[in-house]
Amino acid sequence: MEKSGEQRDHIGAKYGMWFFLFTEILFFGGMFILYSVYRAKYAHDFHLAAAEENLLLGSINTAVLLTSSLAIALSISAVKNGNYRLSVKLQTATVLMGLAFLVIKYFEWTDKISKGIYPDSPVLLKISAGQILFFGLYYVMTGLHGLHVLIGIVVISFMIYFTRAGDITSENFSKLENTGLYWHFVDIVWIYLFPLFYLIT
Amino acid sequence: MVQGEAEKSGHIVPYGTYVYVWVALLLLLALTIVVAKVELSKYGVFVNLLIASIKAGLVLFFFMHLKYERWLLKAMLFMVIATLTAVIALFFADVMFR
Amino acid sequence: MGSMGNGTSDYGNSFYREKGRYKGILSWLMSTDHKRIGIQYLAAILTFFSIGVLLGLLIRLSLIAPGKILGQNTYNQVFSVHGILMIFLFIIPGVPVAFGNFFLPIMIGARDVAFPRLNRLTWWLYLTGAVLVALSLFTSGGPPDTGWTFYAPYSIKAQANITLAVTGVFVLGFSSILTGLNFVTTIHRLRAPGMTWFKLPLFVWTLYATGWVQMLATPVLAITLVFIILGRVFGVGFFDPSKGGDPILYEHLFWTYSHPAVYIMVLPAMGIISEVIPVFARKTIFGYKAVAFSALGIASVGYFVWGHHMFTSGMSDTARIIFSFITFLVAVPSGIKIFNWVSTLYKGSIVGRAPLYFALSFIFLFSIGGLTGLIIGSLAPNLHLHGTYFIVAHFHYVMFGGAGFAMLTALHYWFPKMFGKMYPEKPAKIGWFILFSGFNLLYFSMFILGYKGMPRRYFDYPPEYFNLHLMSTIGSWILAAGLAIIAGNLLWALFRGSKAPADPWGGKTLEWQTASPPPAENFYEMPAVK
Repeated sequence: MEKSGEQRDHIGAKYGMWFFLFTEILFFGGMFILYSVYRAKYAHDFHLAAAEENLLLGSINTAVLLTSSLAIALSISAVKNGNYRLSVKLQTATVLMGLAFLVIKYFEWTDKISKGIYPDSPVLLKISAGQILFFGLYYVMTGLHGLHVLIGIVVISFMIYFTRAGDITSENFSKLENTGLYWHFVDIVWIYLFPLFYLIT
Repeated sequence: MVQGEAEKSGHIVPYGTYVYVWVALLLLLALTIVVAKVELSKYGVFVNLLIASIKAGLVLFFFMHLKYERWLLKAMLFMVIATLTAVIALFFADVMFR
Repeated sequence: MGSMGNGTSDYGNSFYREKGRYKGILSWLMSTDHKRIGIQYLAAILTFFSIGVLLGLLIRLSLIAPGKILGQNTYNQVFSVHGILMIFLFIIPGVPVAFGNFFLPIMIGARDVAFPRLNRLTWWLYLTGAVLVALSLFTSGGPPDTGWTFYAPYSIKAQANITLAVTGVFVLGFSSILTGLNFVTTIHRLRAPGMTWFKLPLFVWTLYATGWVQMLATPVLAITLVFIILGRVFGVGFFDPSKGGDPILYEHLFWTYSHPAVYIMVLPAMGIISEVIPVFARKTIFGYKAVAFSALGIASVGYFVWGHHMFTSGMSDTARIIFSFITFLVAVPSGIKIFNWVSTLYKGSIVGRAPLYFALSFIFLFSIGGLTGLIIGSLAPNLHLHGTYFIVAHFHYVMFGGAGFAMLTALHYWFPKMFGKMYPEKPAKIGWFILFSGFNLLYFSMFILGYKGMPRRYFDYPPEYFNLHLMSTIGSWILAAGLAIIAGNLLWALFRGSKAPADPWGGKTLEWQTASPPPAENFYEMPAVK
């Protein structure tokens, strides 16, 4: 008898990943709910506060993340085609772009913090309630998104190892495919964060 | 154990499809920035969220293979998004009428 | 692995003997066998239940001599910890992790769940969460005194070690999500050939609905708890009015999870009743599809009724009317279930064994809990009853009378299968009778107390409430005596009970077609699904 744990049901594995992403939708959903309620309440303050955001860096980061999504999608096709070396290159590119995203994010954050804009800062507590909430949401939402990017980078690094070690093959690619799903989801979250924080001036 | 089912996830998407989708995504990114710069007053935000949703749809359907999945997965995803939408609506039933 | 005759009790080949890679205690703690995990979960939840009961007894004792046994702050801490333990460590994980883990794969004819290692992980996460919550009791600031609801802004400013307790609950939530995810995937992917959706046992249907609620509601709690932690650690003021925040939004987010959580507790409990009633009425369930779909109905409608916890919070009238209306809708699928159980009993040849006693008292107690739910779900009476003992009585009828009694039902129904031993029938029934009597004395008194205006969570009260409080406290002693008899009886049977046959009750679901206790991969031969 084959052990059920070792059975390969990659459709089942994919379902599991999608279900996990469903929970992520509701997790980020909780933040989007707060954002939408407070934005409805303090539309004007949100406009003022968004002027503080760096549109150029935000746009570059969006492009970086979209491109990294392309790279991981291509890497899966490459694995299915049996082209493992290409896949490793594409996965490495994804990791590098993920890191670039975080570095840019780091500059954005430190720039704001140097201006005294961070939760509970004396500067922030003097301005209007809506702006306090905007920056609070900004830090929490981009922060938790950044944490997801970081986790993604770690996971993809493992996938690079697995691909090189021959654990991920054209017959057995569930791990990589699920990692890709996760990475694309993180991308989608950013697709929504970008207009909500950078484009409402 | 698994009932006979078309192995659709074995489907290999050609590299070209992904590249086209990526180009479309970047064009939409450019468009959304332009929309934000041109003052559309109230509608700017809605247009930008619409563009974001189109981008998300492209990622979902092509990068995430949803186009090639069975109806069941699509239906479940739809249900999840509908749930979130209903929750948001109920929140607004409170805060908009207070 | 040889095949065996018509599956009589056989310890030699049971999963208790199949140790796998590890020896000794590790053969339990590292096992990925869903049955071993289920048994460990059962031991864990029953341990926390016992502690919770002791805290509950302490609360009741303190209430007949206010201030003499517990000081006011200690009282706040004790009822908070009682709530946190009972809700997050006992009744939310409860049925799915213990009985779901053990029986879901067997009932659908699978060898294990879809992700056995993930299943193992959930147990470790559960234990980690429990340890974090326990640590919060003894570290800086002391036990939480916020109640189990952690309402902001108090939870953000309170001195107690809320951060650690909330982190513990966050980890527990993660465990719950992964269990739900695992079960839903299992039901989609691992059904035995011939086990079509409408042949699934009803317990499996309720686990399916529960799994979805776990996946879609728990993340909302997770993010809410993250907001509390961020508020305490970084001063992010999403719920702090001085920073523009709105405390009512905390209540919304919290109940967006915590009301559906009620269905995480009670849906699988209903599944157990749907299994037990037909077996002891010697009939098939009345209206199988209606019962199956009503589980999905309760899960989906029940997701959108959280606002009825907030009628007096300052929420808009529009929202109050909408939430009250949807609340009434949930009564429909719940009523369908009650109706179908009673109809199943009608003209059945009823066999009065212990599991049936518990199952019937579930129907009775849950009906009282459910019907009083309609009273407090209506806007006008709610204004009078909100925050009183009426609410306390209502949710103890639903949770303990419902989910708790269902767990006792399951324990008596599946005990022979899980442990391969039979328990003596008479002590079980005596224990049931004492428990049932004590339960009603304990909690029905609270309905009257609440109706007369006794607010919940107060450690002191005017003298006119004393008699009812005394009755309630006496009820708590009777109830505890009943629980002790039941526990003693089952523990005795665990060591001294006679060998159980494969199918002691005449059950027709797949778990009764394999040996008691089952072999390592559940079946010697693929069971035939009729």
